[in-house]
Amino acid sequence: MKRINNPQELEKVREEILGSRDPDKPCITICSGTGCHAFGCEKVTESFRAELRKQALEERIYIRTTGCHGFCEKGPLVVINPQKIFYQRVTPEDTGEIIAETLLKNNIIERLLYTHPQTGEKIVKEENVPFYKGQMRIIFGNNGKIDPTKIEDYIAIGGYKALSKVLRELSPPEIIDIIKNSGLRGRGGGGFPAGVKWESCRNAPGDKHYVICNADEGDPGAYMDRSLLEGNPHSVLEGMMIGAYAIGSDEGYIYVRNEYPLAVRNVGIAIDQLRECGLLGENILDTGFNFDIKVNRGGGAFVCGESTALMASLEGQAGEPRAKHIHTVESGLWEEPTNLNNVETWANVPLIINEGVDWYTDIGTENSKGTKIFSLVGKVNNTGLVEVPMGITIREIVYDIGGGIPGDGKFKAIQTGGPSGGCIPESLIDIQVDFDKLTEVGSMMGSGGMIVMDDKTCMVDTAKYFLNFLKDESCGKCTTCRDGTRRMYELVDAITRGEGKEGDIELLEELSWVVSEASLCALGQTAPNPVLSTIRYFTDEYEAHIKDKRCPAGVCKDLITYSIDEEKCTACGKCKKVCPSDAITGEKKVPHIIDTEKCIRCGACITECKFDAIEVA
Amino acid sequence: MITFTIDGFEVEGEKGQNVLQVALDNGFDIPHLCYHEALKPYGACRLCQVEVTKGGRTRLTTSCNYPVLEGISVQTNTEKTTRARKMVIELLLARCPGVPIIKDLAKEYSVGEPRFKVDNDDCILCGLCERVCREVVGVDAITFLGRGSDRKVGPPLEINPKTCIACGACVYICPTNCIKLEETESERTIVRWERTLPMKKCKACGRSFAPWFQLEYFGKITDGIPADFWDKCVDCR
Amino acid sequence: MGPKAIDRILKKYDYEHSSIIGVLQDLQDEENYLPEKDLEHISERLSMPLARIYRIATFYNTFSLTPRGKQLINVCLGTACHVRGAARVLDRLKMYLGIDVGEMTKDRLFSLQTVNCVGACALGPIVVIGNEYHGQITPGKVESTIKKYRKKPRKSATKSPRHKKLKIEN
Ligand SMILES: Cc1cc2nc3c(=O)[nH]c(=O)nc-3n(C[C@H](O)[C@H](O)[C@H](O)COP(=O)(O)O)c2cc1C
Ligand code: SF4
Ligand code: SF4
Ligand code: FES
Ligand code: FES
Repeated sequence: MKRINNPQELEKVREEILGSRDPDKPCITICSGTGCHAFGCEKVTESFRAELRKQALEERIYIRTTGCHGFCEKGPLVVINPQKIFYQRVTPEDTGEIIAETLLKNNIIERLLYTHPQTGEKIVKEENVPFYKGQMRIIFGNNGKIDPTKIEDYIAIGGYKALSKVLRELSPPEIIDIIKNSGLRGRGGGGFPAGVKWESCRNAPGDKHYVICNADEGDPGAYMDRSLLEGNPHSVLEGMMIGAYAIGSDEGYIYVRNEYPLAVRNVGIAIDQLRECGLLGENILDTGFNFDIKVNRGGGAFVCGESTALMASLEGQAGEPRAKHIHTVESGLWEEPTNLNNVETWANVPLIINEGVDWYTDIGTENSKGTKIFSLVGKVNNTGLVEVPMGITIREIVYDIGGGIPGDGKFKAIQTGGPSGGCIPESLIDIQVDFDKLTEVGSMMGSGGMIVMDDKTCMVDTAKYFLNFLKDESCGKCTTCRDGTRRMYELVDAITRGEGKEGDIELLEELSWVVSEASLCALGQTAPNPVLSTIRYFTDEYEAHIKDKRCPAGVCKDLITYSIDEEKCTACGKCKKVCPSDAITGEKKVPHIIDTEKCIRCGACITECKFDAIEVA
Repeated sequence: MITFTIDGFEVEGEKGQNVLQVALDNGFDIPHLCYHEALKPYGACRLCQVEVTKGGRTRLTTSCNYPVLEGISVQTNTEKTTRARKMVIELLLARCPGVPIIKDLAKEYSVGEPRFKVDNDDCILCGLCERVCREVVGVDAITFLGRGSDRKVGPPLEINPKTCIACGACVYICPTNCIKLEETESERTIVRWERTLPMKKCKACGRSFAPWFQLEYFGKITDGIPADFWDKCVDCR
Repeated sequence: MGPKAIDRILKKYDYEHSSIIGVLQDLQDEENYLPEKDLEHISERLSMPLARIYRIATFYNTFSLTPRGKQLINVCLGTACHVRGAARVLDRLKMYLGIDVGEMTKDRLFSLQTVNCVGACALGPIVVIGNEYHGQITPGKVESTIKKYRKKPRKSATKSPRHKKLKIEN
């Protein structure tokens, strides 16, 4: 990419790119996000390329490998443009046919279409697939339109227009006003108003100001930040640049999880391209604005998502939080004023500048504007990333977009907010999802994890899971957090083993109060949420474990036995083969039997049995 | 000067001071385990809880790392501070049931048998040893290792820290007395860190007075002091 | 790693103390773990206390102070994978390999580790072996999945995955 010296040149480059592209020329778009990778999209891409070469069609048909489209479950995903024909589960064997039929003859290949699970209807266009239909993909939608490693693609869809506009037309306080008026709240957890944070940071005295992008995405079960950074890194970078200009910063950092190699790679490529064309560096677009960005890889510590721990880690120390009596906007990285925002928060910024405050504030609820990307996973039919307007109900997300609960399972709860959040029960399925409502019901928006749980999910086990996570991920400094979460874990663990006692629930509540009130950082302060919310909504289940020594969901190993339903068993012998402790016996044609003494309740037989014959009680 | 109140009494502090320091100087009793005036406040033990009212909002917070601010009002003894301190003590007692200072606190706050599984540790992870070694002695011989409930404190390779000069600062500062120093005519050992250093004898009186390695270190970090200064013990210098 | 190679890494980071985490990541990418003598060398070259380096090496999950097997098996225990039965997969792996989490098999072929989410939650439970992702793993699929790696050459696991290869077990 050649150097872009000023706003006029940026527009010229954009025209050139658009001029060289024929919008009506067919384009094969192949999702190459992490999910589709796992389904082998690389081979599909290779095969498409080979086919096009073979048929000498390279000139007539574009190929574009993009970031994640969100519907990972059905990967590899292929969209044929401009018609937007949506093919799922595409294999390398299908590519020849797709070119011959769909691209050359405009015929639809039925077999590759998405089938509506309830109506059985075949759906042709991406936007009509129920998973996408209920969404509002203003941030995430561009992932499907661009190759994240090509800055030209981003410029072609209007990239860096917002940056150019603010540098030319707006003063920093004007930008801050726009962000404040847009009502944009931080997407990383707390929901703090972004514009207010920017303003405090701008006004904080100091020679040097820093901006940071928090891409540590510690919530286990959420991956929207990964997909944004992987699939559209320039949108995040443009947001950071606008923020830096508004705040008066010339140095930025991106702190990204080491477990996300593709995100690290793609954002690195994007930064190199920006430096090459002069959009990062000195005197950007001839406006006197200087800015550069460094990428730091995290080391796999949840607590490093916390702002002060993240900054300690950037300074090359262990990620231990410090007291925030003086805020990081005044004294953050290297004790200089520092503004930290989440990946998705940054990605909202160019959109707000381009589309305007009125447009943006039309979306969402009173105090939560815009959209939010959720990672809809767990026991739900359509898993993947969904971007929805704030204020949508949980029911719409789970049933309309998510397609409901698989098999004959029943919706039981939805966990939001990760380890700092809580479980929301079925009785609250019609609440409108926004920052305040989720907090009100004892959970949190968090970074946007949404884990659907069905009747086979044990809520006590869920609490135990998070406590185990937190006791390991606490930095270990505070007595209350370090020993408090460990003691809570021990108590809940005992309950799941049938060793719970009368009074345990009260002790858990007492401990919870102290852990949340007396710990230093938000990790400890929110650590009791998973326990408190499950106690609040699922007391029965705790009591079943404590009093009746029973796990109603059939999960807690020490409280269940496995047996085989004679009626259902076809004596196929599969379970016998997978059982690691030789607990299953049975001859051919005779229903099999589980020896409960030998059975270690590993569950291998359940997943293997095609006839649903294994029973848990 | 910064003026604020503690339990209704007006007190004064200086910029950079913390609430705990000012409270202690004025004779208020706030229990604390990880604070020492010679070291940077760390805020790990969570015992020094107070309630601070600032701008109309009252919240529970540790006093050791709360900066003194004009006009705040601090309560050192409320229902909430007691509730928090009692649980902190119970947690520490379950961790270190044999440590006298914890047992005394438990008695003072009427904390009975811990309701948790009892361990048999002797370190409360206050970090005083680690900080004194780094901030005052300057040799960084010991550190925190691990994180979460596996955190511990010790030398990088678990034993015999190579930069340790066996000065005994950690021994002196440890509130639980779990770091022991043993000395013979020829050697000094910091037992917990398994560090043993040979002793130097005083050129004048012949008594062994400090580890060779420690004196070499002092020689290195000080300027303008004649080398033979370190050959004699404190009494003979 | 030789002193020269370490100096090359240190130079890449301009001998900055603040880059110590990156230095250790690069070292581990090469060596598969953090050898004691290399850490001592780094401590000397940077004049950074060894204690501080160990503090970091033991704080962050990424780092290992003991040698690891040729193939790293990472079982995702993130929430999404957990509710889909990741714990059972892990149990099965432990039993099959005869090792606990954090240990290496006797033949030095495999090390077993856990990770909290690798960002492929829609396909859980996920097991990452070397740099290949295996989605929708069940206890029953564990043996056949691992067996394929018995013959694989060393290099795929030790080098840092610049670009991960991914695939699904069906
Ligand atoms: C334990 C803990 C983990 C966190 N993890 C993340 C994270 O992974 N990503 C993130 O953006 N924010 C995380 N946060 C929130 C950040 O501290 C911070 O509030 C946020 O990045 C600010 O950006 P925002 O205002 O744009 O949301 C975490 C907070 C805590 C206490
Ligand atoms: S609350 Fe927990 S994570 Fe936060 S500083 Fe204290 S020990 Fe560390
Ligand atoms: S050894 Fe003593 S001084 Fe050091 S952390 Fe433990 S209790 Fe504190
Ligand atoms: S003395 Fe304040 S937290 Fe320990
Ligand atoms: S929870 Fe396993 S990949 Fe996210």
